[in-house]
Amino acid sequence: MNILVCISNVPDTTTKVKFADNNSRLDVSGIQWVINPWDELSLTRALELKEDASSGVQKVSVAHVGPVTSEPTIRKALAIGADDAYRVNTVGSDAYQVAAQLTEVVKKGSFDVILCGIEFCDYNGSNVGGMLAEFLDYPSVSGISELKISDGSILITREIDGGKEMLLVPAPFVGVVQKGIAKEPRIAAMRGIMQARTKPIHLVEPVAVEPLTDIQSFELPAPRAACKFIDPDHPEQLIELLQNEAKII
Amino acid sequence: MSVIVYIEHWDNKFKKLSFELITYSVKLADMLGTEAIALSIGNVPEQELQKLGKYGIKRILSVDNESITKFDSQVYSRVISEIAAGESAKAIVLANNNAGKSLAPRISVRLQAAIASGVNQLPESVSPFVVNKRVFSGSALARIHLTSEITVITLSQNSFDLVENPAEPVIESANVSLEQLSSKIEIKDIQKQTGKLLLQDAEVVVSGGRGMKTPDNWAPLVELAELLNGATACSRPVSDEGWRPHEEHTGQTGKIISPNLYIAAGISGATQHLAGISSSKYIVAINTDKDAPIFDAAQYGIVGDASKVLPKLVEAVKVMKSS
Ligand SMILES: Cc1cc2nc3c(=O)[nH]c(=O)nc-3n(C[C@H](O)[C@H](O)[C@H](O)COP(=O)(O)OP(=O)(O)OC[C@H]3O[C@@H](n4cnc5c(N)ncnc54)[C@H](O)[C@@H]3O)c2cc1C
Ligand SMILES: Nc1ncnc2c1ncn2[C@@H]1O[C@H](COP(=O)(O)O)[C@@H](O)[C@H]1O
Repeated sequence: MNILVCISNVPDTTTKVKFADNNSRLDVSGIQWVINPWDELSLTRALELKEDASSGVQKVSVAHVGPVTSEPTIRKALAIGADDAYRVNTVGSDAYQVAAQLTEVVKKGSFDVILCGIEFCDYNGSNVGGMLAEFLDYPSVSGISELKISDGSILITREIDGGKEMLLVPAPFVGVVQKGIAKEPRIAAMRGIMQARTKPIHLVEPVAVEPLTDIQSFELPAPRAACKFIDPDHPEQLIELLQNEAKII
Repeated sequence: MSVIVYIEHWDNKFKKLSFELITYSVKLADMLGTEAIALSIGNVPEQELQKLGKYGIKRILSVDNESITKFDSQVYSRVISEIAAGESAKAIVLANNNAGKSLAPRISVRLQAAIASGVNQLPESVSPFVVNKRVFSGSALARIHLTSEITVITLSQNSFDLVENPAEPVIESANVSLEQLSSKIEIKDIQKQTGKLLLQDAEVVVSGGRGMKTPDNWAPLVELAELLNGATACSRPVSDEGWRPHEEHTGQTGKIISPNLYIAAGISGATQHLAGISSSKYIVAINTDKDAPIFDAAQYGIVGDASKVLPKLVEAVKVMKSS
């Protein structure tokens, strides 16, 4: 069984975003790019499964849609432990265009489980996984908080409103993961970093697809009104304000 | 032309989110000069479907097919896409919750429809179709042009006020082709908490961070939430420590919520925490450090020790309720 983890490159979560060219695009100067934290966790889980002989997982690959400048992110995934990588040589423009490119990667290999993350921390879509599944006509499940594979059976836990569901899914399938999939992301060790240099990154030529969305401009939200401070010895004044000024309780 | 709105049900019942979706879709249909049609999948009783009429929907399609026995995004997205195509839908509206997030991208590919996910307002214009939405974990807004003929919108919960607009809806049962309906997924087990107010449904949320010091200090926080008919939440370190259950963790890696009131006690206000709560209508912060970043996001603040302030708030709410 082979696992493909789709990885995206996102600004570090503490980045203060700024915009350039009349607010038409992200100002990338000074941004620290990282693997989307969920993708890092998916990769961690995929590697844990591979190390467990009873899972039958033989290979863990990563896929990325992006220009050559995002190779450091791919090398990092290889250093953490992925066996090989695929890079589609184009700039990702929206979820639809990215999913269409990833579809080509999946068709090139033989993957049983394909993992994507939930809510990419830039445009907050969490759409790529479901789109990829539909392009491939594979079943998909979102909100996966656990993934177990043993003797060819794939058992997942999916978060639902106020509870969870344990599901048996067929291969191939696409999973969109969230919190819980792995505890802590794995960090690349020196040995991994050395090995990553010689692991293959397969270059995939992009297919022609038009994105369906176009970001016209960005804007920083209006600052909230200054905080009104209440005397800590008289917290009852807060309740009175919430009731009579804000009128929300 | 039409606007199709998919109305999920919970054990054959609707909740406030369902009515928010109807209100939004009726207004969106007005903007497009067309009509909204609600689509329900499953065995929902007629008197429950009628409740949707209160918010202005005039036509409801109900797909109650015995082959559909469980939620499977592959099957459901086919049903919704087929009906949307049959009704020449210009827009398809879903909730930005677990179900909606798994359906929207599949529908998008089937119908070549652009998605705007997690929106909290009507489009700025429908021709061209331009929406405003929060991006970069809530720290910026983007104006996005959806260039396709058909659009898919997922609406954030509790972001759109209900408007009553009573109508007498016509309920029709709709058919879909059978070959689309077989699911490849098998449900082994379901674990559900019943009777508890879900964090994402709560209009008031009282949340605690590491500044609460020990799990033993949670009693007044829980009591305050109960008195305000709300739910409890926490920051990530608190759930990581096992002080509170994981479902309560809000933020970028936890739940993203937008209650009317979010009370943060002993929470510093890290960007990753704010990413989950910054669209709350009102934020109240209780923190010993007057420079804590949470105060920049809050409308009301108390600089003080949460373990002393919370019990006093509990008393004040009791007084309010008894008067
Ligand atoms: C990739 C990534 C994702 C993350 N995702 C999330 C997320 O989803 N959600 C999340 O919450 N965090 C997340 N974090 C962690 C986040 O960065 C912060 O570390 C975390 O939010 C801090 O939690 P806290 O405010 O409870 O604790 P602290 O930062 O330790 O703050 C405690 C606060 O309590 C105050 N305090 C102390 N004593 C008292 C008292 N007696 N009364 C009142 N106040 C008191 C202090 O002044 C301080 O402001 C993430 C981090 C990373 C790197
Ligand atoms: N450029 C990309 N290359 C590979 N995978 C991507 C890319 N962008 C997004 N993804 C995958 O899609 C997930 C997020 O989807 P979304 O929020 O729709 O962008 C990420 O966690 C990745 O698994």
